[in-house]
Amino acid sequence: MRIPLRWLSEYVDLTLAPEELARRLTIAGVEVGEIISSGGEWDGIRVAEVEKVEPHPNADRLRLVTVHLGDGERHRVVCGAPNVASAQKVAFAGVGARLIDGHTGKAVALKPAVIRGVESAGMVLSEKELGISEEHEGILVLPADAPVGGPLRSVLGDVIFDLDLTPNRPDLLSILGVAREVAALTGQQVRDPSIQYEEAGGPIGGIAAVEIADADLCPRYVAALIEHVKVRESPAWMQERLVAAGMRPINNVVDITNYVMLEMGQPLHAFDFKRLRGARIVVRRARPGEKLALLDGSERELAPDMLVIADAEEAVALAGVMGGGDSEVTARTTTVLLESANFHAPGIRRTSQAFKVRTDASVRFEKGLSRQLPLIAAQRATKLMVELCGGRAARGLIDVAPVKPKDVRITLTQERLHRVLGVDLPPAQVRQVLTALGFGCRWLPPDRFVCRVPYWRTDVAIADDVIEEVARIVGYDQLPTTQLRGEIPPEAPQPARDLREIVRDSLAAAGLQEIITYSLTDLDTLGKVLEPEELATNPPLRVANPMSREFEYARTTLRHALLGTLAANAGGNAGVVALFETAKRFLPRAADLPEEIETVCAVISGRKPDRWGQATAEPAGFYDAKAVLDRLLSDLRVPACYEATADFAYLPGRTAAVVVDGRQVGLLGEVHPRVAASFGIKAGVAMLELDLDALLPHVGGPVHYQPVPAYPSLEQDLAVIVAEDVPAGRVIEVIRSFPLVREVSVFDVYRGEPVPRGRKSVAFSISYGSPQKTLTDEDVSRERGRIVARLGQELGAELRE
Amino acid sequence: MTSEIDTISAIQQAALRELAAASDLDSLDAWRIAYLGRRGRLTGVLRGLAGMPIEERRRVGAGANALKERLEAACDERRAALEEARVTQVIQEERLDVTLPGPPLPHGRLHPITQTLRDVLRAFRDMGFQVAEGPEIEWDYYNFEALRIPADHPARDMWDTLWMDFEHDGRRQMLLRTHTSPNQIRVMEHSQPPIRVVVPGKCYRFEATDPTHEWMMTQVEGLAIDAGISMADLKGTLAEFARRIFGQERRVAFRCDYFPFVEPGMELRIDCFICRGEGCRTCGRSGWIEILGAGMVHPEIIANAGYDAEKYTGFAFGLGIERIALLRHGVDDIRYFYANDLRFLRQF
Repeated sequence: MRIPLRWLSEYVDLTLAPEELARRLTIAGVEVGEIISSGGEWDGIRVAEVEKVEPHPNADRLRLVTVHLGDGERHRVVCGAPNVASAQKVAFAGVGARLIDGHTGKAVALKPAVIRGVESAGMVLSEKELGISEEHEGILVLPADAPVGGPLRSVLGDVIFDLDLTPNRPDLLSILGVAREVAALTGQQVRDPSIQYEEAGGPIGGIAAVEIADADLCPRYVAALIEHVKVRESPAWMQERLVAAGMRPINNVVDITNYVMLEMGQPLHAFDFKRLRGARIVVRRARPGEKLALLDGSERELAPDMLVIADAEEAVALAGVMGGGDSEVTARTTTVLLESANFHAPGIRRTSQAFKVRTDASVRFEKGLSRQLPLIAAQRATKLMVELCGGRAARGLIDVAPVKPKDVRITLTQERLHRVLGVDLPPAQVRQVLTALGFGCRWLPPDRFVCRVPYWRTDVAIADDVIEEVARIVGYDQLPTTQLRGEIPPEAPQPARDLREIVRDSLAAAGLQEIITYSLTDLDTLGKVLEPEELATNPPLRVANPMSREFEYARTTLRHALLGTLAANAGGNAGVVALFETAKRFLPRAADLPEEIETVCAVISGRKPDRWGQATAEPAGFYDAKAVLDRLLSDLRVPACYEATADFAYLPGRTAAVVVDGRQVGLLGEVHPRVAASFGIKAGVAMLELDLDALLPHVGGPVHYQPVPAYPSLEQDLAVIVAEDVPAGRVIEVIRSFPLVREVSVFDVYRGEPVPRGRKSVAFSISYGSPQKTLTDEDVSRERGRIVARLGQELGAELRE
Repeated sequence: MTSEIDTISAIQQAALRELAAASDLDSLDAWRIAYLGRRGRLTGVLRGLAGMPIEERRRVGAGANALKERLEAACDERRAALEEARVTQVIQEERLDVTLPGPPLPHGRLHPITQTLRDVLRAFRDMGFQVAEGPEIEWDYYNFEALRIPADHPARDMWDTLWMDFEHDGRRQMLLRTHTSPNQIRVMEHSQPPIRVVVPGKCYRFEATDPTHEWMMTQVEGLAIDAGISMADLKGTLAEFARRIFGQERRVAFRCDYFPFVEPGMELRIDCFICRGEGCRTCGRSGWIEILGAGMVHPEIIANAGYDAEKYTGFAFGLGIERIALLRHGVDDIRYFYANDLRFLRQF
């Protein structure tokens, strides 16, 4: 909402500088988003009086104009405007003044010029040259009382507040509403505009009729009738105000409806009365299939829940949104029926959204306007039509008000005021603030106020609303500031959250960079990383109104995001790139919110660094990702094991399921080159995924301490030859099951001579120990013999000598 | 007899000569083994004592033991000298270029939004708030209706919504939550006052992106309900938060603002980093930067939770983590956060 301060000052004295006023309004909840200073660009342009107009000696259409700027300062300029005349007050740009060049649009300093042999010491300016309008036929003539020598800005300039309003305050979608705020904030009085006029015509009831058929959607309809109007341009002052407020002048009748809407906040509509069949208005729901040609030239098919304004036969306007083309006021209109109504706010909003048409009327109606406003606004507009259109107002108004507007009264106790604000305010101060805002306010000792809400404040309904009124005018910064006291609620454990944060720290510590990617994606991208069958059985949730095809589905995996980010960062990263993300996957459930599964996904790719950090030829792969995962699971104290498995996105033979307590909680492997290639990745990529929700029950609690061994360990190596398909993990499991084995780890895997084909040698470093005594070499040899025997029986292993 | 004594003095001569020639710790060790080791020359003499007559054994033994002591002392002395020479050599000849890097250690970093979020949550935890979480895909009921934003309410324009393709009773009912405020309702559904909770999470808006707008964002919702909580407590809590995150010298200011689920409503502003309150382009010439929206929980919402709205009051607030991260790090384009360019992320 644009509020021109010149217009605003008609209703309230502005006692503060614009910047200070804007600050105070903003603090009070009326946010001034921008202060626009029109005329600010008129640098060095002043008011001058034309003293003398003489013919140009060398040109018929040019004249020599002498202007006076006060204190004896005179300049003679060459001027081509036909309307220049003595004693006019004009806008004068002397040498050095900065003007907008009509061709380049840039500001240039005016230089002295010689025109047809005569020197010209400046310019008398047209509206176009001042950037006010496109008018350039003649010069701009200023009001006779413009002060000679003064800056043009002081005569024509204006400051406009562009307000960013909140949807609860439709009353501020009006100059008068803002004037009320200004008055309350600065201790001034509001001057209400006049609504007095002469009713020279016949009784309105004998000429026109209004019927409300659907009162649930139209609580009140006021109509005025003005005959003998002459449709023409509205006066300059009204046009200027409309333009300053951001509206385009049309003709005097339409301009008055817009003017009163901007002034009071009540949208109005003017019908050409002669075009209304049956001389009546019917406010009703649209009929099935009913069509209406709107003022914007579109034809709309109406739905049965939409409210229309109809004449005796057909819809002539879309109630509260837009008028129809057929009943529009034109140059031939002589009788105007003026509509000033109140409509059901949600209904207006539904209609406006269904047609995607937002108008100055609909944005006001949808916020819920006062039911008392239609009468006052109708009177104000009728007065202006009588004065500015030469019209004759019919006697009386039609006022169909099936719902009687009534005052809202609210009781506010001192106790509640204290409870909400944390401070006692003197009753006199509360009364003074509320009265300044137009509230009726009575103090009922010992402890309460009875407040009557002013009719325009449709947003105030309960005591706490009144408290906000007091607080915002006093100023939130003036109220006390304290710290919370009282009991701190007991801490509820958040294990899922804790787990996620540990995962983040562990992965970052292992060298992975965290990323955060969008939760929405598209089907093609999901199809790159998920098996078609999985996409079909777990189809992702679709967004009904996506911003673009790229973000249409809630993701059911994170794989694509990690691979996509890896691909995007491929350039300029010669070494290892390691990324992870923790986020939700969304798995649909029938008729319910989707299951949101906390997931971590990580990728590692690139060539490993040497001592200097330079990339070597050795690529990071499966075991690098596994190292990260092992570290993570160890941080979490989850006893996991790995089992070879297969998955659409992974390379067969290089894929492992992460299994805890018999349940798969994640995947680890090398990404299938086909999948990587679909993201434009040529290098090998290792990836891991964990379902943190599935992992959660297995996360270890506090560590239970094991006594530090009292007797020393003895280290011995053991190499066995097993078939290629026997996993080292199985061998370790067997070794670890022996009582004297404290630790076991692999230190070499060997294939080739003399190991037969199809078999491999795996070497283990085993640490033996006993809680009872120091082991002898013989003790260890015996245990080792038993291990070899078991490995032979169970896994077909033979000792490698 | 004499031969044994001769032997001792021969050993002494040879040992001292060779010791002087031992130029490093390895040759010193070899020397020690050759003379003083279990099979060393002097040890051999000592071992031979057993077969000697008592007189001779005493004489030769005394000489051999004296030599042993002397050689051991000389060995220690030599060792100390060699060790010192070694240190001197390191100092003089094996100086390191201290500007060279160490071998690379993997170094991952947390996303700047995660870092800022953790700092924000820590600030509130220190003030007694617990952390809870809620779903990102929500019902219209929690996101709007229960927050006093019914269908066809103009306040819905404050949150441009991404709706899920799910209709019930002819209406879209499922959405990507537009703010973390649904958790006010969710928390109240399963707890009783006193409540002090902060709820972080991702939110989504139907929004075109530009340097100050992103369609996915991270918010933190706060809620405190108890008997005796006032707007003064809200102001104090938020001012304390702002100082913890932005520094003790930070000035804060409050202005009236509107959210349907609070009354009175407010906005917290801090003095502009760039101009320190003078007014500049960053702060839109106001001298202040908006940080978050807040207010006293609307009594209707308190009553709907089944609490006594006469007795219990409370406050709620919602803040955007991206905005705080932008301000803290001087980032001038919000789109950097989710573009995941490693050249950006690795700076944090």
